[in-house]
Amino acid sequence: MGSNSSSMNNIPNAEQLVQETGFSAAHILRLYERFQFLDKDDTGQLRPEDFGAVRELAMNPIGDRIISAFFSPGQETLDFASFVRVLAHFRPADSNRTRDGAQPEPANSSMRKLKFAFQLYDQDRDGKISRAELLQVLRAMLGMQVTEEQLQSIAERAIQEADFDQDDAISFDEFRKSLEKVNIDHKMSIRFLS
Amino acid sequence: MLLMVSSSDTGHEPPEEDTSSSKSDTSSGTDSGHDTSGDSGQSGTDSGHDTSGDSGQSGTDSGHDTSGDSGQHGTDSGHDSGDGGHGGEPITTLPIVSWKWHHVSTPYLVALWILVSWLCKLIIEANHHVTSVIPESALLICFGFILGGMIWGADKVQTFTLTPTVFFFYLLPQVILDAGYSMPNKLFFSNMGAILVYAVIGTCWNAASLGLSLWGCHMGGAMGDLDIGLLQYLLFGSLIAAVDPVAVIAVFEQVHVNEVLFIMVFGESLLNDGVTVVRICYDAMPTAVCLMSQINAVEIIKGIISFFVVAFGGSLLGFVFGLLISLLTRCTKNIQIIEPGFVFVLGYLAYLTAEMLSLSAILSIVFCGMCCQKYINSNMDESSVTTFIGVFFLTWILNKFRLVPVEFIDQVIMSYGGLRGAVAYGLATMLDGNKIKEKNLMVCTTLIVVYFTVILQGITMKPLVTWLKVKRAAASELTLIEKVQNKVFDHMLVAIEDISGQIGHNYMRDKWNHFEEKWMSRILMKPSARKNRDYVFKVFHKLNLKDAMSYVAEGERRGSLEFVRNETAFVDFKKKFGDEFTEVMPDIMADTSEDHSGMSTMRGDPVPSVSLEMHEQNMNGVRETEDVNSHHLLQQHLYKGRKQHRHRYSRSHFDVNKDENEVQEIFQRTMRSRLESFKSAKMGVAPPKHITKHTKKDQLQKMPNGKSLDKSRSYHSGDEDFEFSEGDSASGFEASGGSFPMRVTYRAGAGIENPAFMPDLDPLAQVQIPPWLAEAELDSSMVAPSQRAQVRLPWTPSNLRRLAPLRISTHSTDSFMLADAPGAQQRDNERLPPPPPPPPPPHRDDDHM
Repeated sequence: MGSNSSSMNNIPNAEQLVQETGFSAAHILRLYERFQFLDKDDTGQLRPEDFGAVRELAMNPIGDRIISAFFSPGQETLDFASFVRVLAHFRPADSNRTRDGAQPEPANSSMRKLKFAFQLYDQDRDGKISRAELLQVLRAMLGMQVTEEQLQSIAERAIQEADFDQDDAISFDEFRKSLEKVNIDHKMSIRFLS
Repeated sequence: MLLMVSSSDTGHEPPEEDTSSSKSDTSSGTDSGHDTSGDSGQSGTDSGHDTSGDSGQSGTDSGHDTSGDSGQHGTDSGHDSGDGGHGGEPITTLPIVSWKWHHVSTPYLVALWILVSWLCKLIIEANHHVTSVIPESALLICFGFILGGMIWGADKVQTFTLTPTVFFFYLLPQVILDAGYSMPNKLFFSNMGAILVYAVIGTCWNAASLGLSLWGCHMGGAMGDLDIGLLQYLLFGSLIAAVDPVAVIAVFEQVHVNEVLFIMVFGESLLNDGVTVVRICYDAMPTAVCLMSQINAVEIIKGIISFFVVAFGGSLLGFVFGLLISLLTRCTKNIQIIEPGFVFVLGYLAYLTAEMLSLSAILSIVFCGMCCQKYINSNMDESSVTTFIGVFFLTWILNKFRLVPVEFIDQVIMSYGGLRGAVAYGLATMLDGNKIKEKNLMVCTTLIVVYFTVILQGITMKPLVTWLKVKRAAASELTLIEKVQNKVFDHMLVAIEDISGQIGHNYMRDKWNHFEEKWMSRILMKPSARKNRDYVFKVFHKLNLKDAMSYVAEGERRGSLEFVRNETAFVDFKKKFGDEFTEVMPDIMADTSEDHSGMSTMRGDPVPSVSLEMHEQNMNGVRETEDVNSHHLLQQHLYKGRKQHRHRYSRSHFDVNKDENEVQEIFQRTMRSRLESFKSAKMGVAPPKHITKHTKKDQLQKMPNGKSLDKSRSYHSGDEDFEFSEGDSASGFEASGGSFPMRVTYRAGAGIENPAFMPDLDPLAQVQIPPWLAEAELDSSMVAPSQRAQVRLPWTPSNLRRLAPLRISTHSTDSFMLADAPGAQQRDNERLPPPPPPPPPPHRDDDHM
């Protein structure tokens, strides 16, 4: 990171990204390095396969979901701006940042964080976590340790707990309510090294 | 003054009064005052001051706890010599019936003190509205005052003293071990950095500033004429600066502050408590006082190094002992009674060893408790409390940023919550009176500070907390979805860190978990315990248990008999609880997936009648387990059994929130017996009708057979269960395909045919009453046999027991049966009706297998 200013200039829309996501320039720079590392063929675009380079991700039970969360629906590639925008969800909430009207909801608000988590479940993006979707996540996470039937009953229960309008699915509102007690900001923040 | 001190301190720590009372015995001899002949060896250890006046006192300790007491007398130098040995009662009794007070005095007083302190506790508990305002520890101090005053008034002598040795050797280890054991590891480690900063730097700062400012006052002439040097002031400062873990636990647990705050104060208190003790140990050494003038840079550096050696050595020692405990408990599968003993003794040994090596004993015991907590929990009972030990000392010590900065309000509370308690007092009394002239002054000051902090701050803590709107800890338990989501969050963060190339806290935790899963658990846990470790699954398990309990409670509330007879209620009940109850099954029957996969297929079955029958089956199962739980020989006398059940279940209902283990226990037994019924059903060897034709004797004959078979099976099941569970999870569905139809027909049979053979059941049951049950029969004859009774008969355990030899393919169930079998047996024993006529052990045994 010796050539700070020159690298910064290489990043497209760096200033705007800083503005938009709240990352510092150093953060952006570091993320850009990472982006370039992932972007093996130097197209400036990441493809889902590129994430395969992260070996640990393969071991992550919900790794593929996380990867797909980076890609907006229908899109096969990911440019740096979107990459940073997605990662911005995981910035810790900052209290001193003024919430002006231009940016009503920064990506690291707990609402946006929740939304991101919600979309991990909601693969078909219909705004609801169906039983099948929940089951998929559970299966991925519990895997071999429990039987299919146990999984099903766990899913059943989880839906019952959260499902207030009895439609056998968890809407985002229900999701939010059921996680009211969880400190989202705490749970969904990582420390970005600068 | 000292009298008040001692008594108040006995009252101060509610959990360990039993031991605290032991200290009272050291000088308890005032009542007797005779027979001082045999104690010369003991009083010889006393430090000159005591011996003259107190020879009678220490003499009464004859032989009981010699080592500890003699040490105590040695340490509490002089100041309690008062007017000990004030005559006592003359010996007026006949030689035949001699008044041997001194013979029993020590245990007697121990018992008495326990009684008194518990009575105090009782009184305080009774006035609950008071405790909501004034913290319990403050109240206990007041009680101590009163009692101490009474004794003072009666005896005019300080009868009981708290000597530092007793305090540090007997009281403190337990408190700290308990604290370390119950410490939320994850929280502690993730806040490690802040805690350390507060503990080390904060305490040093406090000590230094306090000592220096006092010294400044002294220099300025504000303190009058005292013979105290700078070092003594510093000593006093460090003594006062330590936050007392005992007081913190006592007060904070009642206030329910949020967990981060709690762990901060608590962790700080624990750690810096160690720090202070260490420093006191060092400072109070006479050499330190002598060297005061010639402290140079080398000495300071040495001191710092020794501090680290002491602290980390203590931690390491504790860690080693923790591992040792874990290893040991792994091997104690068959003798679970001594497991807690292991924990206790080894924890204590860790403490003593550290003390011996002049390492930080407190730290060692804290870490000991923390390390073994995880493994022991999972070893001792199947429901492991899986906490993640995220050990990343170094990363976190160096970590300057905190993800969640401590809020200002929390800081206020933290500073306010710095309670000083018995530890400070213990330290103060430990000071060497010869070296430090104004020891009594220091002790008194410490006491005043202790009282001030505990009483005043304790009282005002709660209003302050509410006033400042500190985030209270959410008392509610996590729901399933929250747990799931937490897990998702964990994974998500790790993934994001991976993607963004950040190596942070989550990364370390992930790695650690991996490592732990791979190695530590394998070594330290029983194989059977490992299986149940999953986070989400565990919660699910717990929730299910709760459901089952509410289910049972519901049944209880309606009056079990009625709820069977009353069809509508039954149906309602099914609707309400049926779903959850079916879910319960897969959970418990983790190993017999064929069974419950059948069930869940049933649940999915669109034909309502089938699923209804299934629920009926469940009902049967529950009822039947009621029988299993009760005295086995009474099983056919339903009304007698009924009563016991009612008692039992109401009890278990109370226990729901109190004793998770017990609840679990009950529930697992329930499940087990249901399992058996299913199993026998599946094997097709138990057409319900058979039961009626078998007399008691028949069963008895078969008993040994079944037992031996069970035993042989249990022999190897310990190793197998892990693989089985895996296999089951894989083969769950295929198995269900095969067994599904059969079970449907069976259940249909059970539901429909039961009434058919009811008529001939009843008479038979009555005929078979063994003579020793005649009384029970009388009792039962008061009530007409209900439908319920008849329905239940086919499922009686006698049937199951008879079938025991035939259960060949049941090895997979053994794992969880075995695991809690001893506990179950214990329970069974304690719950049997007072005179269990001839309770053949094989019966019970067999049932548990």
